[in-house]
Amino acid sequence: MNCNEEIIEFMHKYLDGDLTKQEETNLRRHLEECEACQKHFHELKRTITLIQSAEHISAPADFTTNVMKKLPTEKKHVRYKRWFRAHPIITSAAIFFIFMFSGIFSAWNQESELVVSKQENLIIQGDTVIVPEGVTVSGDLLVKNGNLRIDGTVDGNVTLINSELVDDSIEGSGLMASAGEVNGELKEVDRIFEWIWFHLKDMVESIFSLGLVSNMH
Amino acid sequence: MNLIIKEKIKQVKRGDQSAYEDVVSFYQNKIYQHVYRMLGNQHEAEDIAQESFIRAYINIHSFDDRRKFSTWLYRIATNLTIDRIRKRKPDYYLDAEIKGTEGLDMYSRLATDEPAPEEEVERMELQNYIHHEISTLPPKYRGVIILRYLEEFSLQEISEILDIPLGTVKTRIHRGREALRKKLRHV
Repeated sequence: MNCNEEIIEFMHKYLDGDLTKQEETNLRRHLEECEACQKHFHELKRTITLIQSAEHISAPADFTTNVMKKLPTEKKHVRYKRWFRAHPIITSAAIFFIFMFSGIFSAWNQESELVVSKQENLIIQGDTVIVPEGVTVSGDLLVKNGNLRIDGTVDGNVTLINSELVDDSIEGSGLMASAGEVNGELKEVDRIFEWIWFHLKDMVESIFSLGLVSNMH
Repeated sequence: MNLIIKEKIKQVKRGDQSAYEDVVSFYQNKIYQHVYRMLGNQHEAEDIAQESFIRAYINIHSFDDRRKFSTWLYRIATNLTIDRIRKRKPDYYLDAEIKGTEGLDMYSRLATDEPAPEEEVERMELQNYIHHEISTLPPKYRGVIILRYLEEFSLQEISEILDIPLGTVKTRIHRGREALRKKLRHV
């Protein structure tokens, strides 16, 4: 065991795979001659085998669960931010809808005053808009926050928003029969969702017609 | 396997906490085993191994994707282990009970020369003995020996895990091997 340090160093280099050809030859030659070094070398190799035979140890069964339980919970705004970043399309769609609906809602809430689409020949008495007898109103008629009485003819669509169609000439009979004539659709919009639907339809129509206009150019 | 782990790490970085569960379950045995061998105590091993995974999660954004995750994780675990060893009293576990035995410490074990009745028991005892001998090595040798021969890292990887020069790794492995050779010579 008193052999020079160099040989022991060679052994370790050999075990690390760092030995050059020349050094390996030197080591082998020495081992053939020196029994003590042979024993030392054998013991080293056996030690490694022994270490490697050590039992395998597994983590406790609930290890992963315990780790997951102990992880810091993310702050809510971080989680939201991350979610928005991960879903850009949904986010932009959501922002679009928020703006759009808030626009419609504010338009809904804006006035409780009577609003009538601009048309000639209409008589306005307080809250009541009257299409006089024998008069033909051309174009679409819109009444908001008021009453409409049609004694004459409307040549177009009639839209009533938050409004009622009144008819005091003949009670109990059908609206269309007693009232004057509407040469188009009669729509009553009372609830907010119908209002929204109306707006959407309006928007789609205008986009569509815009598309047609640009196509024509 | 590495690719799957890489993908999971990306998901964790994006904030998907549940993806981390797969990472933990993939590495749990390796890390627990490593820490257990370093500390020689189940309770502490579980504690430190858990802490390693939690630290890795918290600092996941400082992990460079181009590097090996296992190397990075082992580094965290090794640092925490070394801290724990430093903090405890030096002779704390010298006569601790050996795992899988009842009331036996190393002194009683060394005294007995009786051959075990069954080979299986003998094998288990030899493994316990080897395990114990490794755990009594000075920590700096213990670490490299465990990483090299039980977790089979290359010398270069060990140098990265421990953040020490390759030459130092080699020196420590040489000394660790010599120390264990002396301890295990009579087995």
